Amino acid sequence: MLETIISSPTKTVIIGPNRPFVIIGERINPTGRKKLAAEMAAGNFNRVRQDAIDQVAAGAHVIDVNAGIPLADEPALLAEAIRIVQSVTDVPICIDSSIVAALKAGLAAVKGKPLVNSVTGEEERLESVLPMVAEYKAAVIAISNDETGISYDMRERLKVAKRIVERAERYGIPRCDVIIDPLAMPAGAIAGAGKNVFELVRMVREELGCNACCGASNISFGLPGRPVLNGAFLAMAIAAGMTCAITNPIEHEIKRSIMAADLMMGHDENCLNWIAVSRENAQSAVASGATPMNATVSAADQARAEREARRASRRAAQA
Amino acid sequence: MDFSDLPDDELWLQMQDDLYDGMKEEVAAETNEALKRGYGPTEVLEKGLVAGMDVVGVDFRDGVLFVPEVLMAANSMKAGMEILRPLLTETGAPRVGKVVIGTVKGDIHDIGKNLVAMMLEGAGFEVINLGVNVDADKFLAAIKEHKPDIIGMSALLTTTMPYMKVVNQMLIDERMREEVYVMVGGAPVSETFAMAVGADAYGRDAATSVDIAKAYMDNVRKQDKIDKAAAVNQ
Repeated sequence: MLETIISSPTKTVIIGPNRPFVIIGERINPTGRKKLAAEMAAGNFNRVRQDAIDQVAAGAHVIDVNAGIPLADEPALLAEAIRIVQSVTDVPICIDSSIVAALKAGLAAVKGKPLVNSVTGEEERLESVLPMVAEYKAAVIAISNDETGISYDMRERLKVAKRIVERAERYGIPRCDVIIDPLAMPAGAIAGAGKNVFELVRMVREELGCNACCGASNISFGLPGRPVLNGAFLAMAIAAGMTCAITNPIEHEIKRSIMAADLMMGHDENCLNWIAVSRENAQSAVASGATPMNATVSAADQARAEREARRASRRAAQA
Repeated sequence: MDFSDLPDDELWLQMQDDLYDGMKEEVAAETNEALKRGYGPTEVLEKGLVAGMDVVGVDFRDGVLFVPEVLMAANSMKAGMEILRPLLTETGAPRVGKVVIGTVKGDIHDIGKNLVAMMLEGAGFEVINLGVNVDADKFLAAIKEHKPDIIGMSALLTTTMPYMKVVNQMLIDERMREEVYVMVGGAPVSETFAMAVGADAYGRDAATSVDIAKAYMDNVRKQDKIDKAAAVNQ
């Protein structure tokens, strides 16, 4: 099984089928976020900084940075945004742009081994993006479309993915550093869009051995209840073998679905992450007065507090 | 892991805390440390392992701890028990009682039943765990072979729990019902159901089951004394 290893100066993230799902935080993207776009264009990165911190706190393992603002100097903005994100967080970066010059500026600015988002099967993109990825020894997300567009035949999309992987290898990019994006289409417009993704993810795993990743929010575009749909989509995609996604960990339903799926896949040892988060939620519910605390829990809480105090003093004694 | 600086009282506390947290290696090391300090295996079992497992049982019952955590704690207990068991046998420490336990025929649920078995062992019982899908003949054979004080039956399905009555009836037919105390448990089982199948007691949860088993054995011992006294007087 191939594993993709990316890093910041201090943190390594391993993406692979036998590991917990990797969350790439999607929030730093001005597309559809007017305020963020205006602020970034004016050189104000306060929101970028806060989004980075909040997403890591919510469980993002990687931060996606996009500076796609019309009529702005995207390469310069992207490089600056990356520097700012890396100054407040310690996770690896996913450099996100459809402009080659911006990807290049991002690669020059980033510290560690990033993910480059993305290359497609289009000849001109392959020839411009892959040499850069090879030069900076980065990993790359490969979207399975080409000049002919996005095929509705998953075999066709797999062929495109295979072509990208082979071309990458010719440039000296190892197969493990190519992550296939099966392209999630809006399920509200295309019936079975989710099923198509699951099918392609399985084929990518079995026939190419590569990791699969996708932008998970597109699937629910134009529908109500998006976080629930995104969460269900991700859980099913994880079952099909998807190993990472660009999504929003701040959305409770999404985060919980990913954690639940990790548990089902056996990637949450003794279910301790799940239990810990459930316990935190219960405690904050009690603190906010949402549920009355009953006597037995309170006695147990006290015993627990005493136990924790004992541990703390033990630790202090050791130090 | 070095616990040599800890006063004895704190060693017991830390042993209980580490067991609660499922820290297997630590519990084993603390068991050895307590033995090294000259405590007998029975005392180490009581003051360290059983005291720790008691808290686990209560917190599980109250919904504070969850199954994976209880299993981790039980595994830590096991690590300590593996060290103590040969010593307990060697020193001929009095055993509390003997239990044959199993999930009844047709049912393969065993998490709860294993927890009860583990907690009974922790409380000093000798436990013969027959596993899952245990039919009446197998219970009977085990009773004949091991001569237990108590038999425990578990079922997680409404379709399999009536089998408890089959086992009970067989004990009556074989004239062995008076020999054993019959306890039943499992998610769909209730006090009323327990009585309806002719059981002696219903174990609502692992901690309660241990309490009931202990209380029964205390009564047996009291009764033994009375009987002996009566025999002497005659």
